Amino acid sequence: MADPMRIRAQAAGDKTTVRVLMAHEMESGQRKDAAGKTVPAWHISEVSAAHNGKVVMTADWGPAVSKNPFLQFTVKGAKAGDKIAVTWKDNKGDSRTDEAVVT
Amino acid sequence: MQTRRETLKHSAAVAGLLATTGLFPQYAWAYNKSAFEAKSVADTVKALGGSAPVESKDVTIGGPDIAENGAVVPLTASTTLAGVKQMLILVEKNPAALVALFNVTDSVDANFATRSKMGQSSDVYAVALMADGKALFAKKEVKVTLGGCGG
Repeated sequence: MADPMRIRAQAAGDKTTVRVLMAHEMESGQRKDAAGKTVPAWHISEVSAAHNGKVVMTADWGPAVSKNPFLQFTVKGAKAGDKIAVTWKDNKGDSRTDEAVVT
Repeated sequence: MQTRRETLKHSAAVAGLLATTGLFPQYAWAYNKSAFEAKSVADTVKALGGSAPVESKDVTIGGPDIAENGAVVPLTASTTLAGVKQMLILVEKNPAALVALFNVTDSVDANFATRSKMGQSSDVYAVALMADGKALFAKKEVKVTLGGCGG
């Protein structure tokens, strides 16, 4: 199981800025190992974010997103105490969901 | 407590059921492989069903002028326009241009930031795909310093 994400959601007025740091290798599929064989791509392909259980944002990612990806987005209408959950799924089928409370 | 294997089995079964009934939410299987394999900005937009991209000052791309480390280049894409369906971040000279695609809903601002890998100095693009199929873009040149000591 992958390491937990770090999520911070901060409300300012009626908008909440969500910052997420995910722990993932994000292997691009371009690199070669010491034996000269291409290292197969292994990256997060789908990300979704939910506000109090309702999906507000989804994203598709390619292998060109950096290792241990950072993501920032803004949710409208989220208040302090609301829950923001972020889920990712990689191209090997692994997935992880973490939740944070808006402050 | 379910084991992971059981959970996966269940979700696969549920996915199958939903797919057969046609009720599967669009975002779940929307991963567009051809868009992520397209080499150029125009091809990517075409793979996603947009028309030929037009430059627009209502779309903004943010990033450093000079990136010392091509493995971690912070990029932002945003637009103030209403009716945005998807925001894309692209790096023109990467092996595949598309870095990330964000599906915009009414509940989020069309303003996203992430970090990208860049193989070499290149123009980076933010593309807003509108609900009516128009594609608007903004671009910016980012120089990548290999060796990573400024200059």
